[in-house]
Amino acid sequence: MREVNGELKVSKIRNGTVIDHITAGMAPAVLKILGIEQGCTDTVIVAMNVRSQRLGFKDMVKVENRALEAETVKKIAIVAPQATVNIIKDFAVVQKIPVELPHELIGIVRCSNRNCVTNAEPIPSYLVVENREPLRLRCHYCETVIEGPHASVLLL
Amino acid sequence: MQGPKLDWRGKDIISIRELSREHIEDVLNHAHQIRPDPTLLQGRVMASLFFEPSTRTQLSFATAMQRLGGRVIGFSGIEGTSIVKGESLQDTVRTIEKYADIIVIRHPLEGSARLVADTVSIPVINAGDGANQHPTQTLMDLFTIKKFHNRLDGLKIGLVGDLKYGRTVHSLAIALTRFRKITLRLISPPNLRMPPSVLQELNGIVSYTETEHLDLSDLDVVYVTRIQKERFPDIEEYEKVKGTYVITPKVCEMLKPTAILLHPLPRVDEITPDVDTLPQAKYFDQVQNGVPVRMALLKLILLGA
Repeated sequence: MREVNGELKVSKIRNGTVIDHITAGMAPAVLKILGIEQGCTDTVIVAMNVRSQRLGFKDMVKVENRALEAETVKKIAIVAPQATVNIIKDFAVVQKIPVELPHELIGIVRCSNRNCVTNAEPIPSYLVVENREPLRLRCHYCETVIEGPHASVLLL
Repeated sequence: MQGPKLDWRGKDIISIRELSREHIEDVLNHAHQIRPDPTLLQGRVMASLFFEPSTRTQLSFATAMQRLGGRVIGFSGIEGTSIVKGESLQDTVRTIEKYADIIVIRHPLEGSARLVADTVSIPVINAGDGANQHPTQTLMDLFTIKKFHNRLDGLKIGLVGDLKYGRTVHSLAIALTRFRKITLRLISPPNLRMPPSVLQELNGIVSYTETEHLDLSDLDVVYVTRIQKERFPDIEEYEKVKGTYVITPKVCEMLKPTAILLHPLPRVDEITPDVDTLPQAKYFDQVQNGVPVRMALLKLILLGA
């Protein structure tokens, strides 16, 4: 990371994934979704509260040697609905994956209701996205409503 | 004027959220007209799956089916079933659908009725899934209100007691969003207020006020609920609030002569027995209305008209 003309520049990665336009403050949640923890040997660059024309402030995560699965992108959409995911090869962007919250989340977020049938029977959770911003999910089975930030702590 | 005919055949009744004003009025009209007919559902079988005990709901569904000539199989409580051996709910109902034309289910887990409806190909009626939904109770509540007030629009309705855990008041409040010019007075202790998720559904449609005071004046309908011990994770919290809102003849002096007093029953001490003889006390009429409402639903779902 270096400063050029008063702006902070983050190093490029050769191969991997760049998740940009993460809602400010949500980079740790994205790292958790990516499963990045102690013992990870690949280079991970995290920038938080960086100025952004689109968002005012944003976070950014760069991970070397990592491609994201569709389920992981859905999870990122829950904590950072405006994020963009770029796949990098030889320092160039080769693919942009849109981060879009699907209408239904199956097996991605646990229902917060302890007495919900999905927390007792051998079936996946099933939440319907009623509103994107602010995020409001409703359990297809027990009709419990899960609001915004609460959803990120219920990720499976 | 009669609208287009609704398609009821094979419809699941899981949540009041899925019923439009037209659906609700159609059921109530059929319930008003229906009479016992031992030939109507002859040869049809209703599986009555009560995973937890119930007096009124179970018996009124069985009565409704039998008054239309149908038969009832099933159980009340899970003793003696394969469920105690660890069978999943889905496997249990996959077996039962081979024996019956319709399932009526009560289960302690929220969302269980929806899971069953998604699993089987025969229609399913939710007779109560934990603290979530009990749509046929709401239909009989609306039937009772309409019977005495001859309308469901323009009413002032008070919901009293446990508005946090009581599923009947949640369902009734949501059903009332289908009607015009409803005013709700939500009367409860502060820790048993209507959940924000339900209030959000009322916003902009039903005008409501929240209060701790047992003010029943001006109301057309007073709907009292039991503060249910089994819904409290902490017994001390229950002890603090039980008996807070007790309806006595003295309290009823503030009621309009035309007001009706409803309760989903069973009551414990929230309406004293000496209120029963007052002209406004209609909770036993309400419970009686469970049979025609359920007869109408069984006929509509199994025959389509």
